[in-house]
Amino acid sequence: MTTLLTQGDISAEIADEREAYAARVAAGAPVENHPGRGYAPYRGSLLRHPERPLVAVHGDPEAVELSGPVFGVTDVTAFDHDLTRQHRGEPLGERVKVTGRVLDRDGRAVRGQLVEIWQANASGRYAHQRDDHPAPLDPHFTGVGRTLTGDDGEYEFVTVKPGAYPWRNHVGAWRPAHIHFSLFGTAFTQRLVTQMYFPGDPLFPYDPILQSVTDESARARLVAAYDHDLSVPEWALGYRWDIVLDGPSATWTEEGR
Amino acid sequence: MSLAPTPSQTVGPFYGYALPFARGGDLAPTGHPDTITVHGHVYDGAGEPVPDALVEIWQPAPDGSRTGAPGSLRRDPVTGGIIGRDGVAFTGFGRVATDADGHYVLRTLPPGGAPYLSLIVFARGLLHHLCTRVYLPGRADPTADVLLASLSPGRRDTLLAAPDGGGAPGVLRFDIRLRYDGVHEETVFLAFH
Ligand SMILES: [Fe+2]
Repeated sequence: MTTLLTQGDISAEIADEREAYAARVAAGAPVENHPGRGYAPYRGSLLRHPERPLVAVHGDPEAVELSGPVFGVTDVTAFDHDLTRQHRGEPLGERVKVTGRVLDRDGRAVRGQLVEIWQANASGRYAHQRDDHPAPLDPHFTGVGRTLTGDDGEYEFVTVKPGAYPWRNHVGAWRPAHIHFSLFGTAFTQRLVTQMYFPGDPLFPYDPILQSVTDESARARLVAAYDHDLSVPEWALGYRWDIVLDGPSATWTEEGR
Repeated sequence: MSLAPTPSQTVGPFYGYALPFARGGDLAPTGHPDTITVHGHVYDGAGEPVPDALVEIWQPAPDGSRTGAPGSLRRDPVTGGIIGRDGVAFTGFGRVATDADGHYVLRTLPPGGAPYLSLIVFARGLLHHLCTRVYLPGRADPTADVLLASLSPGRRDTLLAAPDGGGAPGVLRFDIRLRYDGVHEETVFLAFH
């Protein structure tokens, strides 16, 4: 019989991980922009990450991964970016506009690329058969959106703010409200799947998935900013979230030739 | 490089109604005589199949072109539903979720100008996706390919697709082992700098 894990157990592990990271950086280790794949407080990670270090592929201009998939008007409809208009009626919840730019690390806009999102409804329930927690489904909300970035790398979604939801990492585990994002760059090396959070959520310190990003400023980059200028009077609240894709890009090799 | 990147987060357990799409693993036009089938299981460090992984593939077209083509998620103009590729353009991209048994299947055409297919694996529990390659038998020279030549034979074997015993020609097996399970070597995963 295993003892039940409490939030106290997990919070202590989160603190240990953060301390260990601070010590690594103090000893001259580089800043870690991404979560380590094995992050013990997130129990689901334990059996699902390699023991061995990744094998570096660098300086190979012929690597297929320096190119990547493309998408176009055939792949996205005009309604895909508005999650509040995918059904006959309007979903319940706080209507929000989420917008920003997709850039590479050199600050160049990622143009015409696919951005996909998925999220829980305002009650914190996913339209997924394996989400069986007792919060209501909304017949007017599926929670899936797609769009292509514009010439400046910009994207925009209209949706409702998702609710927090419980999960079974430990007793009393709740995920802070978040929207899942999937992004493509100009190269397959830049592929990114991540989650966007809403500012000021009291659940942040308790959540091992957000806290798996042990670097504080990196973690802050997962949190959107409320932008009053984006809010539309009597209609929606505006949030801004810019996304920077990591990894070498296709143009990196072109410039090297 | 000047801008700090946005961190990765796990794809979570609930991507299934958002990311997989109709015929996502069928890059080859239906009935194309050169079609190869690449299939296998995704396993965790206990040797158990992973039923909530997502596998993506990117590869050159048979003529060696690496520009790809739009239309992987081609839409029905009336319903907006995804009807998939038109069977003419080779998009080079595919995406398939593992089934309840942790199994995935890709049907594609051999890439031109490269001996391998590029794969990315996402899963619940995986905080940052993993990149690997499927090297195709008869096309990859393990002594000439820079990556393969740098690996010990045991590690190298994890990147080689194997003809599937008893299967039809063109059927290849490629299991993905996220972590050493005490018996089987874990798959070689790659980092690009
Ligand atoms: Fe989620």
